[in-house]
Amino acid sequence: MKAGPLVEVRDLTVKYHSPEGEITALQNLSLEVGEGEFVGIVGPSGCGKSTMLNVIAGLIPSSGGEVLIKGTAVRRGTKMVGYMPQSDQLFEWRTIWKNVLLGLEVQNNVNEQTKAFARKLLENYGLIDFAHSYPSRLSGGMRQRVALIRTLAVNPEILLLDEAFSALDYQTRLVVADEVKQIIVKENKTAILVTHDIAEAISMSDKIVVLTKRPGSIKSIHSIELTCSEKTPLKSREAPEFRLYFNSIWKELDVHA
Amino acid sequence: MFMPNQEQIQYISEEHRAYQQERKNYRIRVILSQIALLVLLIVVWEIAGNLKWIDPFITSQPSRIIRTLIMLHKEGALYHHIVITVLETAAGFILGTICGTFAAIALWWSKFLSDVLDPYLVILNSLPKIALGPILIVWIGQGAPAIIAMALLISLVVTILGVYTGFAQVEPEKIKLLQSFGATRGQVLQKVILPSSIPTIIAALKINVGLSWVGVIVGEFLVSRAGLGYLIVYGGQVFRLDLVMTSVIILAAAAAVMYQAVVLLEKHFLNKQ
Repeated sequence: MKAGPLVEVRDLTVKYHSPEGEITALQNLSLEVGEGEFVGIVGPSGCGKSTMLNVIAGLIPSSGGEVLIKGTAVRRGTKMVGYMPQSDQLFEWRTIWKNVLLGLEVQNNVNEQTKAFARKLLENYGLIDFAHSYPSRLSGGMRQRVALIRTLAVNPEILLLDEAFSALDYQTRLVVADEVKQIIVKENKTAILVTHDIAEAISMSDKIVVLTKRPGSIKSIHSIELTCSEKTPLKSREAPEFRLYFNSIWKELDVHA
Repeated sequence: MFMPNQEQIQYISEEHRAYQQERKNYRIRVILSQIALLVLLIVVWEIAGNLKWIDPFITSQPSRIIRTLIMLHKEGALYHHIVITVLETAAGFILGTICGTFAAIALWWSKFLSDVLDPYLVILNSLPKIALGPILIVWIGQGAPAIIAMALLISLVVTILGVYTGFAQVEPEKIKLLQSFGATRGQVLQKVILPSSIPTIIAALKINVGLSWVGVIVGEFLVSRAGLGYLIVYGGQVFRLDLVMTSVIILAAAAAVMYQAVVLLEKHFLNKQ
């Protein structure tokens, strides 16, 4: 952590072009994420939260500014990030094992060592018995865990979660967020979570970044420190500070229904 | 949530038993009626012919059809004709599906190509391909290759459009996931577009079986000296309606068998998923 931030977003500007005109999604956004940090990004809908994540993942180009991971500029097809899309996106025609190997296959990096690592992950998180099952046999929560393992298997520097739990029902969502956070902590990974759910962001993050409405830039940054016995997303919701954080972020988002 | 199978309820209530019985009875009624309808048709046709209500020379007759079948069987020519038509049809729909899928891949690969070719595909799709029959015969010559080309042409455009639409329906999030791993366009095609489009491709195959029969029969009407289409046209020309009817019935049976084979293939593939 002393060696400087893991991720540096500098003066990022992203513009979308369509026949109707030009839309500036992000304007001069700068952000730093330290190693091992869990950063939550919230903001009004359409503020460019997901756009930011897509740029960090190297999926879309920026119009200005740059994104550095460990001092290296992110390019298309970078192997440094692990992107978790909305809903698990498991491939129904592949077994769990084959799903987990997907990223390694794409990166032509399937070998004894990486396979052993993937198998270890499945073992550690209670999925090894399902290695040869198809995704349709798994519950929503298990599917999400497989999706996380699929991302971890390529051993990325940073995990990007793009509304990753939005397809789940409320109860499953709480449990899955809890599991995912614990796995990320155990694997010692850095993560950025984009969500529209303030409570989810507070319960999982060390730091919350609030974005302004479009064109998105940083409105405020909140360090989250909760006093609770176990620092898990489910327990942290019972911490006395939880409501306070919730209220102040809610006010900043200035939601008009 | 995942549930183990042994948790399934063993007890069946009276009401549910009655419901199952009712369903079973209904199925039996449908099947019996189907058989009765067929038998009735054959019997009435035979009697009407015998009593001269209709002229069997023009309408043929079940007994005459059976006699024709036996005759063709003894001559040994029957199987030759069936095999030729079946092979031409299979070649037509398999080639149509393969070529159509490759063309769809090309369109998916290049948005520019697909935009350029769009109006041509629309026109080719609405054109009755049979009108191109004489052109094919002049270009390719009289014989099996022209007939297969006819069958291929009929199913080609439908396949291209169907499979391409299938490709376009693959969830963008799945493609994005692969790209986040650094996948190339070829990898996206291989890992997600093709495997998730297998049901679409098999659906195209099912449609093509039917279309291919049309192409082959029309092709045989136009040029051939063998095959079921040839038997039908020949029978019509020399006024042997027995031969025409027999050929049509064999054709119906062959088409049904081929369609069922594709359905089996579909089941095999979908079970694997």
